[in-house]
Amino acid sequence: MNRLRRPATAGFAALAACLSAQAFGGWTLPEAVTPVAEDTAHVHNLFMLIASTLFFVVLALVLYSVFTHRKSKGYKAATFTGPKGGKQVFFTLAPFAGLLFIDYVIFGIPAYHAVLAYEDTKTNADMVVKVTGSQWKWQYEYPADNVKFVSVLTTPQEQIHNQQPKGENYLLEVDNAVVLPVGKKIRFITTSTDVIHSWWVPAFGVKRDAIPGFLREFWATIEKPGIYRGQCAELCGKDHGFMPVVVKAVPEEEFRKWIDEQKAVQVAAAESAGKEWTKDELMAHGKEVYEKTCAACHKPDGSGMPPAFPALAGSKIATGPYVDSDGHLVKDGHLDRVLNGKTGTAMQAFRETLSDADIASVVTYERNSFGNKTGDAVQPAVVKKMR
Amino acid sequence: MTATTIEGHDSHHHGHPAGFTRWLVTTNHKDIGTMYLIFAFVMLLTGGAMILMVRAELFMPGLQVVKPELFNQLITLHGLIMVFGAAMPAATGLANWMLPMVIGAPDMALPRLNNWSFWILPPAAVLLVIPFILGLAGVGTGGADTGWTMYAPLSIQAGWGMDFTIFAVHMLGMSSILASINVIVTIVNMRAPGMTMWKMPLFAWGFLLTAILLIFIMPVLAGGVTMMLMDRHFGTHFFNAAGGGDPVLWQHIFWFMGHPEVYVLLLPIAGVVPHIISCFSRKDTFGYKAQVWSMIAIAGLSIIVWAHHMFTSGMSTGGQLYFMYSTMLISLPLAVLFYCWISTFWRGSISLETPMLFALGFVVFFGWGGLTGLVLADAAADAQYHNAYFLVAHFHYALYPTPVMGAMAAAVYYWLPKWTGHMYNESLGKLHFWLVAIGFNLTFIPQFMLGLAGMPRRIPDYALQFSDLNMLSSIGAFILGASHLVFLLVVVQAARGGKKAESRAWEGAQGLEWTVPSPAPYHTFDEQPQFGATTR
Repeated sequence: MNRLRRPATAGFAALAACLSAQAFGGWTLPEAVTPVAEDTAHVHNLFMLIASTLFFVVLALVLYSVFTHRKSKGYKAATFTGPKGGKQVFFTLAPFAGLLFIDYVIFGIPAYHAVLAYEDTKTNADMVVKVTGSQWKWQYEYPADNVKFVSVLTTPQEQIHNQQPKGENYLLEVDNAVVLPVGKKIRFITTSTDVIHSWWVPAFGVKRDAIPGFLREFWATIEKPGIYRGQCAELCGKDHGFMPVVVKAVPEEEFRKWIDEQKAVQVAAAESAGKEWTKDELMAHGKEVYEKTCAACHKPDGSGMPPAFPALAGSKIATGPYVDSDGHLVKDGHLDRVLNGKTGTAMQAFRETLSDADIASVVTYERNSFGNKTGDAVQPAVVKKMR
Repeated sequence: MTATTIEGHDSHHHGHPAGFTRWLVTTNHKDIGTMYLIFAFVMLLTGGAMILMVRAELFMPGLQVVKPELFNQLITLHGLIMVFGAAMPAATGLANWMLPMVIGAPDMALPRLNNWSFWILPPAAVLLVIPFILGLAGVGTGGADTGWTMYAPLSIQAGWGMDFTIFAVHMLGMSSILASINVIVTIVNMRAPGMTMWKMPLFAWGFLLTAILLIFIMPVLAGGVTMMLMDRHFGTHFFNAAGGGDPVLWQHIFWFMGHPEVYVLLLPIAGVVPHIISCFSRKDTFGYKAQVWSMIAIAGLSIIVWAHHMFTSGMSTGGQLYFMYSTMLISLPLAVLFYCWISTFWRGSISLETPMLFALGFVVFFGWGGLTGLVLADAAADAQYHNAYFLVAHFHYALYPTPVMGAMAAAVYYWLPKWTGHMYNESLGKLHFWLVAIGFNLTFIPQFMLGLAGMPRRIPDYALQFSDLNMLSSIGAFILGASHLVFLLVVVQAARGGKKAESRAWEGAQGLEWTVPSPAPYHTFDEQPQFGATTR
């Protein structure tokens, strides 16, 4: 038995470590920075207190009985099979009444108010942010300012595959963080372009699924500047674990300044779509877009992961015509696929998430890389016309 | 209680095929029960091996063992196999073995149907797993990778592993419906004279309610997966908003089955546990009628609360309030059950044999699973728990103690002497329990904390702050996995020999099954037993 006892002791030590658990973050939620999160944290802490008390009191009763009312100690079994007399009836009904009170008064009433507050997205909302989930990136839109951008994971593959030491914000870092003002009631609208995703930042206490074809809402008033990180919380395919959310909460003026910069960037992008691009420019920009948007499925070398993610190298679509002789979009041609996706597969429509210049460049890049040699240079103006 | 059974009056009485055909064409409830239990255990090991690969991947941050695609297949198959392949067949196996015996019937009412409901299972299991194995060999897209909830539209775009899963689900559902019909007919028609419904053992009540629930819910799931098949291949748009459908509709259909499913797994065990507790406390069960009414209430409530799984999918404020308050209501009958179980052993004369340890372990661990369910019901707070590891830990606290500790361990140890005619090795049994207790808690306590810290479920890789807890959880999972091998050893030992068991293997055991010799003869009651007025 001695050999058995040692792992058992180690096990109990580990359990004890778990239960005390301060070292690991413990039994509380992360620091709350919005009213909803504060509500939730309050409910959670109160609940943990009540539930643990109930649990340990009952556990103590169980252990007391198991150790005291022991056959080996010669304890004679009682014969009662139901409550008899006032005292026993009281002891039977008291837990029932107690639970009823806990359920519907201690938790029930605050829960009612919390649900109403959580759902109140419209009153006094200062601004709207639209969040669109796609496999596997988030697109953010500020409709009032006509600003929109895509946000993807920036953790290098080498770190994920253990070829490089992992950085501080491993898997929780993105190229474009969402910037939001503190102290403003922000109304979020979520939707999706392909499957269900779920936008979750634990510090905000909110989580709403992004559902294709539907709009869902929630709100947050961030009370403290800082960088808040979260992740997609609904299984959305192979890169579900690699879809972080990073929010940068800043004071109002800083936010306005950032919005103005973004507007300038978007104006420049719109202008560039109108000009004639050289093939080298298209190829250079296309490579960037490809690596950010397409490489996760079709692989950096275009070999894909058939049959789910077809190869682009030598593919009929990526080397075939994309506009016909009348200048119309070829159905199921290369440009059509990138713009409109293919229903029923993981190939999504990029018309909403990529700009004309992005789409033109990436199509050009795909048609002239991985051994494909069409010599095409797809101009942003063509893409604009095809939308 | 009297039961007339002729000693030594066994298997050769009617003459039956031997060897492989015996098992293939058998209509004997004991053979079928044994096959169900073996099948369930094989599936438990299969699903367990899959999740151990997942825990191995999650042992450290970074991708080491499996690719994300494979990871998703593993978690999906783990869920489907454990629910439909292990937990439900384990309970059905128990029902087959013990239901006729506890109600004094010679066999199940519909023996040929019984044979069919079992033999649909193995092909279904093969269908479920074969795309995964082919995928490993580089053929096709692998098994379903959508999570066991198979949410649309992800399941619409999945590879053909999904089609196999849909077909497997149809077959599994058919099997449960057939088995349920059999259970209901047996209980209604074949009770021993003198056994009224209100004197029927709680074990039988648990299975009766489970069977009724299954007949309510499985056809709904069958309809749902058929719609999914239509969406995938026949151009319908049930779950596609672009075609006028609704992706959330799938969730309603799924959880209309999925939530009562939790109680399908619980109720049989809620029926078994009082027998074990009462036996090893040498005291009659407390509050028999209260327990029956609570089980009826739980079964009834379970089918009207499904959308509490969908608070983050978005629904009207009124809908959220309704599903929140109705879900909380379930805690009341559940608490009554707990109260009755505890009052049953309170001031009893307790001894802690392995079945009792597992029964008490079930009460304690399932208790924590139930309590954490209370806070999950809070529609506003749910956002912080939903699809995070907190939820994973919660439902494993509910669904590991129930089928595995309750059905596969407590009940099997309790009736093993009756099945094999031999007592099992008590020290190994106790070792099994303590390994489970340590392994189980070490696996899932860290997962509660991971969820609170913000780790979503179903991710193959995680941020560095989650490293230590994941490592602890993985160590726990390996201990828990190893514990099942001890269980296998104990059962095989007892089946091969050991100390002879008496008819009444346990001093405090009550019920008709203990009036027949151990091992129970191939045909149990050649003459109908009479059920006494004072016994239950």
